[in-house]
Parts: sequence; structure tokens; C-alpha cells
Amino acid sequence: MALTFRGGAHPPEGKALSEDKPLERLPLSKEIIIPLSQHIGKPANPLVKKGDEVKTGQVLAEADGFISAPVHSSVTGKVTKIAKGPTPSGYPKEAILIKPSEEEEKEFFDPLDPDSVEPEQIIERVQKAGLVGQGGAAFPTSVKLSPPKGKEIDWLIINGAECEPYLTRDYRMMIEEPDAVVAGLKLLMKAVGVKKGGVGIETNKPKAIEAMTEAVKNVENVEVYPLKTKYPQGAEKMLIKAITGKEVPPGKLPLDVGAVVQNVGTARAVYRAVKEGEPPYEVALTVTGGGIKEPKNLYVRVGTPIKDVIEFCGGLTDDAERVIVGGPMMGVAQYDLGAPVLKATSGILALTKKEAAKSAETPCLRCGKCVDVCPVNLLPTRLALLSRRERFEDAEDVGVMTCMECGTCVYVCPANIPLVHWIRLGKQEVAALQRKRRAAS
Amino acid sequence: MAKATTNIPEGVELRISSSPHVRSGQSTSKAMWTVAAAIAPTAALGVYFFGVYQLAVIATCVAFALLAEATAKAMRKQKPTLLDGSAALTGLLLALVLPPNVSLVFAALGSVFGIVVGKEIFGGLGYNIFNPALVGRAFLQAAFPSAMTTWTMPDLTPDAMTSATPLALSKFGDQAAKAGIDFGAMFFGNIGGCIGETSALAIIVGGVALVALGVVNWRIPVSIILGVVVFGGLFNLIDPATYPNPIFHLLGGGLLFGAFFMASDWVTSPLTASALWIYGLAIALLVVVIRLFGGLPEGVMYAILIMNAVAPMLNRFTRPKLFGEAKKA
Repeated sequence: MALTFRGGAHPPEGKALSEDKPLERLPLSKEIIIPLSQHIGKPANPLVKKGDEVKTGQVLAEADGFISAPVHSSVTGKVTKIAKGPTPSGYPKEAILIKPSEEEEKEFFDPLDPDSVEPEQIIERVQKAGLVGQGGAAFPTSVKLSPPKGKEIDWLIINGAECEPYLTRDYRMMIEEPDAVVAGLKLLMKAVGVKKGGVGIETNKPKAIEAMTEAVKNVENVEVYPLKTKYPQGAEKMLIKAITGKEVPPGKLPLDVGAVVQNVGTARAVYRAVKEGEPPYEVALTVTGGGIKEPKNLYVRVGTPIKDVIEFCGGLTDDAERVIVGGPMMGVAQYDLGAPVLKATSGILALTKKEAAKSAETPCLRCGKCVDVCPVNLLPTRLALLSRRERFEDAEDVGVMTCMECGTCVYVCPANIPLVHWIRLGKQEVAALQRKRRAAS
Repeated sequence: MAKATTNIPEGVELRISSSPHVRSGQSTSKAMWTVAAAIAPTAALGVYFFGVYQLAVIATCVAFALLAEATAKAMRKQKPTLLDGSAALTGLLLALVLPPNVSLVFAALGSVFGIVVGKEIFGGLGYNIFNPALVGRAFLQAAFPSAMTTWTMPDLTPDAMTSATPLALSKFGDQAAKAGIDFGAMFFGNIGGCIGETSALAIIVGGVALVALGVVNWRIPVSIILGVVVFGGLFNLIDPATYPNPIFHLLGGGLLFGAFFMASDWVTSPLTASALWIYGLAIALLVVVIRLFGGLPEGVMYAILIMNAVAPMLNRFTRPKLFGEAKKA
């Protein structure tokens, strides 16, 4: 029996479009846009100025404080501008624009020996290389690896669930480079000082389960855990519940139940940062959906405009209706295809009119389907109603901040109510209330 | 949905929207028509047992339900909602809980009352507290009690005639009448009763299909049936001579029809898992108590209406514990 959690749903997987396409690389773009904030936390401080020549891997901006991350150049070239530029989030952000040159020169860190490297050296390297979680939230990896004193950590879990429909880049990575992922897992375990390691993979990826099981065969205390194919199995809390049986309480972190979760791509990046001294100048992503002419899995240089990536995949079909960065459940619809690929970009999805949701909203019939599927046991219809009526304190009382915006409730809603949209508004307003309360006390 | 504007290739029109970007494709109207389809065998058997006149009853109820809804929407200057199937379904449900050969005038009146007072007055579909079909039925029961309790036996029996239902026999009949109750006939539907309530078999087939399709929450029929067996069984154990056995409760009257098609109405049933259990078990208890101790032979309608009223409060008191939330000390 595959492990899992209560609730959830099973949207059509759509992975057949790209799952058999090996990861490949595309030619350099004419212009690279590297935002200073590609992570949760403070934006990085630029160290270069207009006109500077930079090398691939060179640090462009340094971390500003503990919860922050430096950014590196993904190409060799000349800084043309430092200005506000588009980002996939929809908010323009300060970015360094680079015009790549013909010749490429790399400036990496000194390689370290994975077998003899000390835990502190790993964390320092991860921090200097500016690694961020590739699961979507882009939390600085070094922060996750430095639990506060007194927190006992038992588990280091690699998230290979890839529960978002359509996306296949983690799958490809586990098949193509299982040993690099496992080497990264071992480094992560050493850095945090944990005994038990696990790799969680949904059962709809038998080849990945096979490859990873083979790769961990001779590694002590590390196991592959087949998980039931069900969205959102790859949500951090759901993954921890499935593998360890523990539930992360509302408002708490995985650290509080003794677990650290890292994405497959992050594990590989940790290994490469240590072994090759390589900062994350390129990121693996899936370009797919019915609206893409030739779906592919790619390694893309950070900062490459989305439109160039789509063009490399044959362009958009005539019936493409929506371009999304991320997966179809939690990804962000794009209004400017000039926005760049970031360190934590997992996919570029183009949905056709037929694939994309129609939004003909009808009144809530209280059928309770949203309640049945909510993986964190909320009453989504109630939360949406409270937000709509601006009863934010009531929404806070019934747990609005626990919502992870996975979208399962909207997916199953027969009335087509944009529940997550309203709940997001509620969360923003409650967060503002909480800040005000903290300021007052 | 806003349009995407910048760096979009020529000839392509992109839109932006809030996540998630895919849907299961379910809709309110699909669910309504699915329920109607699941009730069709029950309706067909009603026509088969009680005669083609029942088609006229069904048609009248459905037509007047649609008419009432269209009129109400027009008066409130709202978009017509006839195609969502809910008014048609209300009409169908009402027709099937009326006695056979009922006057078409009563059928029309009940339908209009159910839609207008049961639903539109509250703001339309989704805002009503009580099951509209049952509101219509309750109105008819109160206004025309004798017409609502005149039962004809199925046409198939020689000399179709006015007769008591098994429930009435059990409650008001003598020992000989009680001994004549035939569970087999009750299961297939060859007994006196409402148009759509007599065949347990047809109701179970349609009801189980709705549960399997996820349209009906399984907790509702399961808790009602379980509750009736347990509560009915307890009384039967105490005094088998006075109180009928629980199988009789299950097959008699509108119990199964109510459990699968009436109590399971999305709008008027509760939301949370534990509230659904309380709701179902309470309906079962009320049915048994009304049947055994009330002034009426049947209590399914009132049991469901009473629990419809309680449902919002049940939701409030049964909020599930959040994922990872500690039990309250």
C-alpha cells in the first residue's frame, strides 16, 4: 500500500506530453534578466554596475541578511542596465540585465570533496551559491539547513512526488541522474546531522522509483517511499505526514516535527555546488501543455525570457489561451512573456482553451466537496464567504492562515467558485491585521 | 478574465486568471440532471404500478415548478435559471412523494408553493434552508390532509381499490392486518404508497449509483439506514408484539426515498463529516419516534425538514480539527 494523507483529488496527469523527453539545453538568449529577488526574504544587494563584464557563475549581488540569497550570473557578458524588470509573479522587480557575449568563461567556487567535507562547509557553500528550494516557494536552502539550537531533526526527505499535473522535470532528473540526487541527499543529511533519509515518489512514476531505489541500495538509512498518486501529495506537510506519520501543526514548520524537506532539483544542485563549485546558473524545467507545439524538458539559464523558451519548443499553438509559470494547480498566469525564468521555476505551461478552466460561477450549494478534499481540514466555502464579506477576524478564527492555496477545492467545486482567490485575499488581510497587532503590543 | 498584453506572439490571445487553472468539469446542472436520471427508474416503476395517469402528475409538477421559478426570477429581475435543472428536479421529487391519482390541481399547487416559498423567497437555489419539494409536500399535507392520505393499490392487483399503506396497517390495523404485510411486495413496490416510494429495489439502484458517482454523500443514506435499523430494532426488542421489526421500517413509507434522494439534497444538508452523521442519525430517530408514537403513520418528511433547520447549527459545532491542530485541553 502506497503511503498518503486524507483528502486531495486526482486531476488528469497530462505528463505523457513530456515524460519521455530527455532534459536538453537551449541556445543563449540575446538578453538575460536576473532579478535581485528570486527567493523568499530580502532582495540581494548588487555588486556590479552598468558596463561591467561578468563571467558565468560570478556573484552579481550578495545576500542581505540571514533570510536572503545571493544571485549569480548565468552567462558571460556585459551588464547593460540595472532596472525594474518583469517577473513571473506579476510584480516588477529590480533586476540586472546582461547581454551575453560569444565566448563563455566560468567563474565557479573551489570544488570540495563530498566524502570529507564538513557539515559547516556544506551549509556555507549552499549559502554562498545562493541555493533556494526548487519546490516552488524558493526558500533559501541554507536557512532550512540551520535549525535553531535545541531542535532535534530526525528526517531529511527528498520530495520527488511531483504531484502537479503536467510537470516532469523532477521525474527526468531522477531517471537521468539518480546518483547526483542521492549524493545531494547524503550531503544534506550530513549538513543537518540526521540519521534517516527518505525519497518520496508517487506511484505513477515507476521508472523513477526503480532508478532511485537502485541508487540508494548501498546507502545506509536511506529508503525510497512509494506514495499514492494524489494531489497535493508533494505539499511539504502532506509528504511528511505520508512518510513519517507526523502532522506539522498550523503556523509551525517541518523543523518542529523533526523533518527537513528538499526538492529533487535542490538535492542535485547541492551536490553540484559542493563537488563542482557550481552556483545554480541553470534550472531544470518542463515546457508543456496542449498549447506548446513541442513539449520538452530543459535546462534553462536563469534569466532567460519565457518567450525565448517557448520559441525553442516550437512556439504556441493557435488555440493556446493561457501561459502559466509552474503547474496548472498552483502556477501563476503570465501577462508578460518577457518575464525571465528564475532559480525556482519548475515549468512553463501553455494551456489551450479546452484545457484551461472556464469560470462560469454559480451560487454555492454547500455540497461539501471542498470540505471533503481539503488536505488541511478547512471549510473552504466558509472561508471564501467570510473573506467576501470582509469578516477577516472570523476567517482567522477558523484557520484561514492554514490554507496552502493548493487549489484542490476549486478543482472539485461544481459551482466553479474561485475559493482560493477569496481565501488569498483573506490571508493578506489577516496577515495585515496580525502585523498591526504586533506593532501595537 | 483579463487579457495578457506584453510580449505575446502575434495571432495568439492569452488571458490571465487566478490559480488553479484546471477544473474537474463538474457543474451544478450536471449534478441535477444526474440525480434526475438516477430517479428515473423509480418514477418508471411508479407509472408501471399505478398507471399512466401518474405521468400526468409528474409532468404537472415539473411544468409548474419551472413556471414558478421563471416567474419568480422575472419578478426579481434576475437571469433565468431553468436550465440548471434544479426546479425540474424539485418538481420530479415532489411528484414522486404524492399519493397516486392525486388531483393535478393539488400537484400544481404543491409545486408552486415548494418553489416560491421553499426556495425563491430565501434568494433562490443555494440560499434555501428547507428542501423545496418537501416544503411543497408539507403544504399539501396541511391544506388537504385527506387527499394526501388516500391510497390506491397498484393497478396490478385485481380490482385496484382504495387501501391502507403497510405503515398505516401496522400502526392502526389489527393483528390479522399486520400478519398480511408482505416484505417481498414491499421490496419490489407492489404495495400501497406514494408514486415513487413503493419500490425499494428501484430506489436502491438509483441511490447507490449517486453515491458511487459522488453526487450523494454516502454518510447520509448510510447513517439514516443504520439509525433506523438500530432505533427501530431497539423498540422491536423491547416489545415485538407492538413495535414492527426494523426491516419493516426500512422498506415502509418514504424511508429509502428520503434517505437517498431527499435528505441528501446538497443545499439543505450539513457540510462536515461529523455533522452529516448527526444529521442522518437524528433523522432516523425522528422517523422511528414519529412512526411509533406520533399521530401520523409516516414521519420521514417532518424528520428531514426538522433536521434541515438544524443543519447550519450542526456545521458550526462540528468544525473539523485542522491538520496538525492539537486537541483542545
